[in-house]
Amino acid sequence: MDPKVKVELYRTMVLIRSFEETILQHYHADKSPAWDIGAGLIPGEMHLSAGQEPVAAGICANLTASDAITATHRPHHLAIAHGVRMEALAAEIFGRETGLGKGRGGHMHLFDPGTHFSCSGIIAEGLPPALGQAFAFQRRGLPNVVVAVTGEGAANQGAFHESLNLAALWKLPVVFVVEDNDWAISVPRTASTAVPSNAARAAAYGIPGERVENNDVEEVWRVAKGAIKRARSGDGPTLIEVHTVRLWGHFEGDAQAYRNDLEEAKAHDPIEVYAGLLAREGVLDTKGAAKIKEECTKEVASAIDFAKTSPLPDPAGALQYVFA
Amino acid sequence: MALTATEAGTRKLSTAKAMVEGIAQEMERDPSIFVMGEDVGAYGGIFSSTTGLLERFGKDRVIDTPISETAFLGLATGAATEGMRPIVELMFVDFFGVAMDQIYNHMAKIHFESGGNVKVPLVLMTAVGGGYSDGAQHSQCLWGTFAHLPGMKVVVPSNPADAKGLMIAAIRDDNPVIYMFHKGVMGLPWMAKNPRAIGTVPEGDYQVPIGSASVVRAGKDVTIVTLSLSVHHCLDVAEELAQEGISCEVIDLRSLVPLDRRTVLESVGKTGRMVVVDEDYQSFGLSGELAAIVAETDPGMLRRPLARVAVPDVPIPYSRPLEQAVLPTHSRIAAAIRKTVA
Repeated sequence: MDPKVKVELYRTMVLIRSFEETILQHYHADKSPAWDIGAGLIPGEMHLSAGQEPVAAGICANLTASDAITATHRPHHLAIAHGVRMEALAAEIFGRETGLGKGRGGHMHLFDPGTHFSCSGIIAEGLPPALGQAFAFQRRGLPNVVVAVTGEGAANQGAFHESLNLAALWKLPVVFVVEDNDWAISVPRTASTAVPSNAARAAAYGIPGERVENNDVEEVWRVAKGAIKRARSGDGPTLIEVHTVRLWGHFEGDAQAYRNDLEEAKAHDPIEVYAGLLAREGVLDTKGAAKIKEECTKEVASAIDFAKTSPLPDPAGALQYVFA
Repeated sequence: MALTATEAGTRKLSTAKAMVEGIAQEMERDPSIFVMGEDVGAYGGIFSSTTGLLERFGKDRVIDTPISETAFLGLATGAATEGMRPIVELMFVDFFGVAMDQIYNHMAKIHFESGGNVKVPLVLMTAVGGGYSDGAQHSQCLWGTFAHLPGMKVVVPSNPADAKGLMIAAIRDDNPVIYMFHKGVMGLPWMAKNPRAIGTVPEGDYQVPIGSASVVRAGKDVTIVTLSLSVHHCLDVAEELAQEGISCEVIDLRSLVPLDRRTVLESVGKTGRMVVVDEDYQSFGLSGELAAIVAETDPGMLRRPLARVAVPDVPIPYSRPLEQAVLPTHSRIAAAIRKTVA
């Protein structure tokens, strides 16, 4: 594997983590002493992606801005890795007029037509529209693909199975990615899913299925590369499951009292693990890693500044955009 | 739409054939349009809404789907966000329950959530209505449900000429348009014949503007506000009551979203009486909305209490006498009008 790609994967993961840490800090800064989910600079539910960076970095390194990706209620890592403008992403999270959806969408409803990025707050229901993007690419003879990302909890929804069947039937250029972070809010996968690997479910639709273990960014990159190539060349969809980790709560404010795996999870922070590997391989030393962290911190700070100094939407515009 | 007799011509089509003609003319004009749904291909649509399209446009543009409404309605939304213009059929509106998330959380909201950056130009056409003993899961109208949820335009044609013009307008609209056709106005050879289900249809391309009601019979004593198959029942009743000296003005709403409030208010302002005839459920729906619009504008506008002839809040029964007892039939409409003008 090209060392440049390795460093790029690392940089993407660090950029995502810097962003999520900054959002985390701003989200909690003005919600105390009396916790109020609707208060503060960033109101509402907040699902952050710490721990799941390998999925986003590994997949998106194989995509261009002409390819589409659809994410879940936990979408920031995929948006950043796919190249959605960070300033507009941050501004949407802060509910500003300069945001991706001019403050109408919020952090679970992000749409960026420039990079064909979208997400849905409804479990598994982002997949059917992803089929439509793939259908449009296919019918127009474009070489583009769609990556449709969902969680392991979503693999038990009807929309998941309808989508896999239809995509396989019509050989749509889609790659389905299941982020298995072990937890559907508080319900462990062992209590929700009848099969040990969702990749096994690919067999039901006659398509390849692969599971990536250990939150391994390079393995995600390799498997995604093959699946995307397959989709691009007209051979149809692939189902990939990545065993990843959710380092923080389902949403902010979730005390995670139900978890007995947190210490173990934190001991395997994928960014630290990968930094260690790159150091051992001589690809990136401590100094190089520190420089990347510094650059990412700067980029994030600038995006957050943009968001915080952008205007809030005028209430007079509350009825806008219902219809085109 | 105001057509002269020459423009309108004399050629007659069923509502189903008029719809298909509108779709076909648009497909000739715009290659980004495709038709998708269950049995829309070789069968031609269970209610003949796509008859002949497969032969004319081929299987790449007229596409039979698996019975997976969530997948194919969502697919239509996604294709629309990428610039295609899907026409997708939900065989019976009653089936919306298996796929409503794709409709009201995705199709209807993406434009708004994106701050206007993503458009979803698609037509969701679906069969509505009862009167032929199809029971509680295959006979509902449910237009009030769709009209209640923001982000979808809702059109409900009652006759062939409007069916074509509203279809063309729906296809050209940049928003999701729910196109609800009553089985009883389609002119199907296997269902009770409605004489107005076959009518004069202009051959060229024309639009019936979405959001524009039509005064289908002028009168001075009472305003009957209605839509879809009930328009025909109301016209029949109006003709009969004219013999008794009651002059009914009948408004065919044609669109629910946007609703042509002005035409309703102008008429009620003139007659001072309103009867709403609606084949959808009575409570929390169209008839209550119309009452509210009148009351919000001027409670003194009504000289007599308004009347509602809708489906009382009960699922549609199977057995004929029971079904006929809950639908807005001739006798219920006539009784409500007589009471209102008394």
